[in-house]
This record gives sequence, C-alpha cells and structure tokens, in this order.
Amino acid sequence: MERRGFMVGAAALFLGGCSKVADTPAAQSLFRASERWNRAAHRFLGGGGLVKEYDRSEISPFFRGNGSQTVDTPAYAASRAAGFADWRLTVTGLVANPLSLSLDNLKRLPQRSQITRHDCVEGWSAIGEWTGPQLSTILDGAQLLPDAQFIVFRCADTLNGSRYYESIDLDDAYHPQTIVAHALNGEPLPERNGAPLRLRVERQLGYKHAKYLTGIEAVASLEGIEGGNGGYWEDRGYHWYAGI
Amino acid sequence: MKRHALSTRLWHWINLVCVVILFMSGLNISNAHPRLYWGDWGFAPEDAWLIVPRFPDWMTIPGRYSLAGAREWHVLMAWPFALGLLLVWIAMLANRHFSRDLTTSRAEWRWSAIRSDIAKHLRLDFHHSGSKFNFLQKLAYGLVFGVLLPGLIATGMGISPGMEPLLSPMIELVGGRQSVRSLHFIFAWLLFGFFVVHVLLVLLSNPFRQLRDMITGGRDGA
Repeated sequence: MERRGFMVGAAALFLGGCSKVADTPAAQSLFRASERWNRAAHRFLGGGGLVKEYDRSEISPFFRGNGSQTVDTPAYAASRAAGFADWRLTVTGLVANPLSLSLDNLKRLPQRSQITRHDCVEGWSAIGEWTGPQLSTILDGAQLLPDAQFIVFRCADTLNGSRYYESIDLDDAYHPQTIVAHALNGEPLPERNGAPLRLRVERQLGYKHAKYLTGIEAVASLEGIEGGNGGYWEDRGYHWYAGI
Repeated sequence: MKRHALSTRLWHWINLVCVVILFMSGLNISNAHPRLYWGDWGFAPEDAWLIVPRFPDWMTIPGRYSLAGAREWHVLMAWPFALGLLLVWIAMLANRHFSRDLTTSRAEWRWSAIRSDIAKHLRLDFHHSGSKFNFLQKLAYGLVFGVLLPGLIATGMGISPGMEPLLSPMIELVGGRQSVRSLHFIFAWLLFGFFVVHVLLVLLSNPFRQLRDMITGGRDGA
C-alpha cells in the first residue's frame, strides 16, 4: 500500500509538472510545430498516393455514426421527409463562379465510388463504400481564385450548441479520393452518417469528414472563422492536421 | 575506455523522458476507446478481443481525460523518440557497441548455457566474464532495440491515415489497421515490462554505481 502511495505521489508530481509545461508558450509552439512536421512528413512520404480501397466483401456490417447523429431542427426534418429535394450545397468565397447545387446537380457530375476505411480519432475503424463527385470537379466548376488557400465546409448540425464546421488545404481538396458523398453502400446516406451530403477526405481522421454539408467556402486564411482554428474540434484543442 | 559511450548515455536519458510521456499519454488515448480488435475494422464490444480497463487519472498525461491534450504530447514526443532511436542505432553500429557487446555467439544459444545463465540470474549473481553483457541481457536489449522500439514507431505510423498511401502493404501484412493498433498496445506493455525488470535489476546490482556510470560514463571493467 505504501509503495502504491509513493507511486501515486510521484505520478502526481510528474503530471503536475507536465501540465505546467504544457501551458507554457514554448510547449504550445512545439505542439504546433510537431503538427506541421507530421503534415510535411506525410505529404513527403505519401507523395499524393491513394489510400487502400477494399473489396465489397470487406465492408463492415454496420457503419457507426459518431458526433452528431442528426440535425435537430424542424427544417431538416421537413427536408428529409421530402427526400432533400430542396437541399442546396453552396460554393462561395474566393471563387469566380459561385454555385448553388441541388442533390440532382451533384449526382449528374462524374461520380467516384470508393470502398475505404474510416478511422476515428478515438481509435475505432469501419469500412464503407462512398459515392459522389470529386471535390476537385466542384471546385473547378466554381473556378477557385489564386488567393484561395483553404476550403471550409459549413454544416447544418450543431454539437453542444455550436455549429459544426471543418477545413482542409488545397492538397487534400484536390486529392482524387476527396469526394462529396451522397451515398453509403449504394444507398442514400443514412441520417447518422450525414444525410444528405458529407465530405470524404480519406487521408485524415474521422472528425475532418464533415457531415450534413450545406456550404463550401474558399478562403485565404482560417482566422476569423468561428473559433479561428479551422474546425469544431480544432477549436476544442484537436489537431487541424489529422493525418495522425 | 568509458563503460558507456556518450551517445548511449545521452540517448538513454532522452529516451526515458520520451517513453514515460509516450506511455502515459498513450494510456489517456486508450481511455478514449478502450477496446482492441484484430483485422481491418472494429468498433463494437462484440468485435473486440480485449476490453481494456480504464486507466486512472494518476497514470495518464494529462492527469484527467483529454484525448486532444494526450494526442498533443503523444505526436510531439514521437519525434525525439523515433529520431533518437535512429541516431543511437547509427552510433551503436559506428562505434561497434553493437557488434562487440550485443551480438550473440552460437554457443550462447545452447540450452545448457541459457539454463546456467538463468540459474545465475535467479541467485542474483550478475558476474560474467568475456563480454560486457550476458546472454539474457543481450536477448533483452536485442528485443528492445530490434523489435519493441522500432515496432512501436512502425505501428504508430501504421495507424496514421496520412501514412496509409505509403504503408498499406505493411498494414495488410500484419492483418489490417486494427491489428496494427493492437500490436502498438501490446508492444507498449512489453516495453513497460522491460522497464520494470530493468529498474529492478539495476536496484539489485549496485544501483548507485549503475546510475552514476549512466551519467558520467564510468570506467570499463571497473
């Protein structure tokens, strides 16, 4: 018992030290730097390659929904009841040709289907087949302006009272496996997985794959958008680059 | 000649800090989803081969549940941990520490030799002549340097989706991403097991001299 008491005491001292260190500007800038190193290393080593695509037989029997399971508004319920006929995905910001796309518009674009693995930041994985147009097709249609550095995704759902949103850089935006999915395993997206539209950005963790998409916005900087860190979870301390 | 080369000593203490922070932040990350699976996917308790107990706050970094905070520590300390291992391997090969002290001879693998080594260990008799380390030490250090430490780095990179384009052949070889994640966890606990035995044996074999020598270098044969 005494030894355990000593261990707990030593751990408490060490932990207190660690949390003091973590709060210093030096530690914070090291944390930010390591996020840049991770991104640079992954981009260098991965070289823009594709993630593995699986066989239909490897699809997991159920695709868990995490975070928001629905959008808790009467407007969403009404739109869902009407098959999302009135749903629009706007493309705005630093583009020469702003767009407002219906589900039909999106389904008439060239489609990509990919059976990929979804990795949650918590640690679990699920495999599903996603279908939709590549984000690059949509961005090309809107004609990105030269100043655009990031693509911001606006969502209909709220978590703990705040609007969900996400952002990625142009490298991920133009990756061939980055798509705006309207179908999972050949069926319209289930509500818990982001109906009617969600982002698939396969080289990053699950929280980057924004659900219930309403808008795509090209921006030069993430400052001034919501909490300024580029995403709902990023504003709550999570890494913006979630490839690790 | 010094008992421990400068590169060994520097790495030893830097690596200790890295491993302690990586292990304790890893336990916090484990608390986020305390289930382990084999294969490519898994999310439900019935898919799991192991339901991991929740680690108490005094064992984790930060000292309360925070997946975001734990991940900041974990992916930062992974850098000095991985680069340090790479550099110490280069140093061990260059200064012949590896070939001189850590490689085994065929005779050492004979069962009779291993048995007498174990018997001596159990009597807490750590004297041995001829080489710096006895067979069990070489085996332990060989496993740590050759399997556990590089294995932790490889499996850590293997569960990162950003590394997937490069590493998916390795991931498939192991049996899928959730298998790689399980291995990451198993390697971490094997390393913890090594840590406990290592500290115990230092305590049993003149700990003050051992600690002093790992700081100042000591003298060979002293």
